[in-house]
Amino acid sequence: MDERSEAPARRRIALVVNGNPVEAEIEPRELLLDFLRHRLGLMGAKRSCDVQVCGSCTVLLDGEPVSACCTLAYEARDRQVLTIEGLADAGRLHVLQEAFIEHAAVQCGFCTSGMILTSLELLREVPAPVPEQVRSHLKGNLCRCTGYRRIIDAVVDAGRRLAAEGASS
Amino acid sequence: MSAETHVVGTSIRRVDGVEKVTGAARFVGDLVVPEMLYGRVLRSPVPHARIARIDVTAAERMPGVVAVLVGRDLEGTDPFYGHAIKDRPIVALDRVRFAGEPVAAVAATDEAAAAEAVWAITVDYEELPAVPTLETALADGAVRLHEGPLRPGLFHGLGELRREEGNICYHYRSSRGEVERAIAGADLVVEGEYTFPAVYQYAMEPHTVIAAWGVDGLTVWASCQHPYLVRAELAELFGLPQVSVRVIVPYLGGGFGSKSYTKMEPLTAALSRKAGRPVRIANRVDEAMVTTRRHNMRCWMRTAATSDGAVVARQCKIWLDTGAYADNGPRVAATAGDAAPGPYRWQAAEVDAWAVYTNTPPAGSYRAFGATHLIWIGEAQIDALARRAGLDPVEFRHRNLLRPGEEVRPGGKPLDADLVGDVTKVAAAVGWGKPKPPLVGRGVSVGLLAAGANPVSTAAIRLQADGTAVLLVSTTEMGQGARTVFTQIAAEELALRPERIRVMGADTQFTPYDRSTGASRSTTLAGKAVLRAAADVRGQLLDIAAGVWGLPRSALAIRDGAVWHETESLSFPTLIARHFGMPGGEMIGRGEVRPERGTGSYAEGPVFWEVCVGGAEVALDPETGRIHLRRLASVADVGKAINPQLVEAQDEGACLQGVGNALFEEMLFEDGVLVNGSLLEYRVPTTADMPDEYRSIIVENADGPGPYGAKGVGEGALAGVVGAIVTALADLGVEMYDLPLSPERVWRRLRELEAQGTVLLRD
Repeated sequence: MDERSEAPARRRIALVVNGNPVEAEIEPRELLLDFLRHRLGLMGAKRSCDVQVCGSCTVLLDGEPVSACCTLAYEARDRQVLTIEGLADAGRLHVLQEAFIEHAAVQCGFCTSGMILTSLELLREVPAPVPEQVRSHLKGNLCRCTGYRRIIDAVVDAGRRLAAEGASS
Repeated sequence: MSAETHVVGTSIRRVDGVEKVTGAARFVGDLVVPEMLYGRVLRSPVPHARIARIDVTAAERMPGVVAVLVGRDLEGTDPFYGHAIKDRPIVALDRVRFAGEPVAAVAATDEAAAAEAVWAITVDYEELPAVPTLETALADGAVRLHEGPLRPGLFHGLGELRREEGNICYHYRSSRGEVERAIAGADLVVEGEYTFPAVYQYAMEPHTVIAAWGVDGLTVWASCQHPYLVRAELAELFGLPQVSVRVIVPYLGGGFGSKSYTKMEPLTAALSRKAGRPVRIANRVDEAMVTTRRHNMRCWMRTAATSDGAVVARQCKIWLDTGAYADNGPRVAATAGDAAPGPYRWQAAEVDAWAVYTNTPPAGSYRAFGATHLIWIGEAQIDALARRAGLDPVEFRHRNLLRPGEEVRPGGKPLDADLVGDVTKVAAAVGWGKPKPPLVGRGVSVGLLAAGANPVSTAAIRLQADGTAVLLVSTTEMGQGARTVFTQIAAEELALRPERIRVMGADTQFTPYDRSTGASRSTTLAGKAVLRAAADVRGQLLDIAAGVWGLPRSALAIRDGAVWHETESLSFPTLIARHFGMPGGEMIGRGEVRPERGTGSYAEGPVFWEVCVGGAEVALDPETGRIHLRRLASVADVGKAINPQLVEAQDEGACLQGVGNALFEEMLFEDGVLVNGSLLEYRVPTTADMPDEYRSIIVENADGPGPYGAKGVGEGALAGVVGAIVTALADLGVEMYDLPLSPERVWRRLRELEAQGTVLLRD
């Protein structure tokens, strides 16, 4: 008991969140999810399973999806974090966000930010994925509302649109 | 109402879409209330014990801890709640009845401090003999979980409670004809015993509550589906007038029944009261799993038919394990009893359903409750009879299914759906009649779910001075799209563009009474209240315009946000300004739904029969017992699809939950203790579990009691596909009696059938 309640040494970290430099003093055990939600008020990443299974707390760390519920805030020091709040550009929705709305890939919305960010990473790796690739890529993100088909359709469609934009520009 | 609609029937974008894709949508756990503390709960590790001593002194002294709540803090009150049966203490008093029951709760300045303080509480348990299963709870001389007569809750609504018999908390019975005689006279009889496992709803957002006491009473932000029922229970528990209890519900991260009725609200409120500050309690998944679950069940069923393929009679006994407290168990028992006969033309049918207390976490509502438990069993027996009569299973159903207008159960609403058409459609969607590859089976399943709960809803619309409108309704938006559908209905009736209408969340201080959000009732009942509220405003606008022009209302029409007489128009803002004699003011419309006599009535239960129709094509790997889903189909027999895209989305989600229920979801208890309490060990469907092909078929016969002939959807597909997967496996000669159809269970059954020398795996 005594060891548990002993105040651990705090550490200072600097990182970039959604393009904004952030400096903070954290406890070594502080989770990235709590850091984002409680310190920065970024509520888009949600807590659900706590064991890195559901994907609802997914954020991008230097472009890679991580479960913020199982990542220490300390691990994010000197790195770039992207949360769903940082995706729309000057109020203009990202193509993925548009596609999720259009395909009714959003129901309760609790998994949505994790789904979109995980899909964003896929589209950066595979510009116009086929449904099977999306399906495989999203295995670590649970959704209880949609049955997944609409989410997959939305990502495929967004990929197609982005690829078309890329080709025309 | 004109026959032609402009907004209703179209797949407009969800009104909450932008908020949800940008992370702006707020759920209870995203809210921060000034001075808020974080609560954590100490839960019993044992299923049944007397609490000899609780010592919280160490916990109270820990840094950051503001209050620790235990049973003795509730002395002098009546701390029992439960909408059906008042049997559940806010926090354990002198006894715990399930492993996971709240024994104490800590409020601290941060979550970590609260969690550490929970570890510092010491409890001495004197363990009592436990009855953690249906068998032990029903045994002669079994220890009783609840002494004395059961007290009905505020929303019991299911007739008289008898004095308790053993551990049975509710008995539902339905009987018509002389069953024994009918069965004796039949040619073909099938009989069997079946089990259904405990299942976890897994709404991705676990239960979360913030409670705050102020000078004017108690305010609660809750992830609850039924804000008004929660308010009533809180008011009663804390001896407050209802006006002093305010329940606010923002977005819900899914519900599926897990957030229906009162759950964590009383505990959070009691802890906040003791702490003197607002407190938030957010369940973790392992805690949500021991807060509510789907009933596990044992069932015996017997079905009889004639050799030429006419069903004769069915007899069924159902034991539902409702856990340590009744929660919604009585209603689940009644709904299971309603679903058990199946939608066939019986000479006689007899159903008994019992909800039984055990030393396990309470079981309550989960999507298509009762129907999911029973339909697969009834349909397995229908298939067995079809095979023995030498008839195609679809043809056998065609001969025996009820037709619209026929009696489903004595004294209830007659059938209001085209089941023959529905089953024909799903059969076609899974390739019925086409050649099958080896080890591929096809099945269909047809059933009915008593939907709609109680037909009581109210709604209000405030048409603002600029012609925009605020819609007030207490349905919870938990993903089903209620706010979008209500927007469409109001837009249609008021001839407004959907963008000019706002629907906010439920807040009992402002949004009017709604019975509940569940049982597929919102579009049908709250939607009808919205329609009537809009019609009320429309009538007021027409009256004003009629006065202005000196014309009868019948000469006027409403379109594009204005009242028209031929080519002349008065916009809504103009009319409102005329009415009040100045710019500003608002028109308020009200609408209500209640049991009514006459056509389209809600007087006879249920509000409507929701169809549970599914089709499946499965491939079986006989080496591993693994079932691969090649095709699934379900029917959304909705009367009228207000938003077809949302209807399909609801059905698709229900279908995949059905896949989990049918194939692998199961809560495992060892001596009453949950042993797979995380999502690592309790698996729900992922993208890897999707069927190769899925079709949701919308059927619109305008035969529902809701707006535009609509009726609800979103549950039936779950029960439908579970049944269809079971019958598709039976098509391969593998009749199953226990769910889920896990590879191991199917593999064992295959070896059993092999040992019996049964001819297996017909192609």
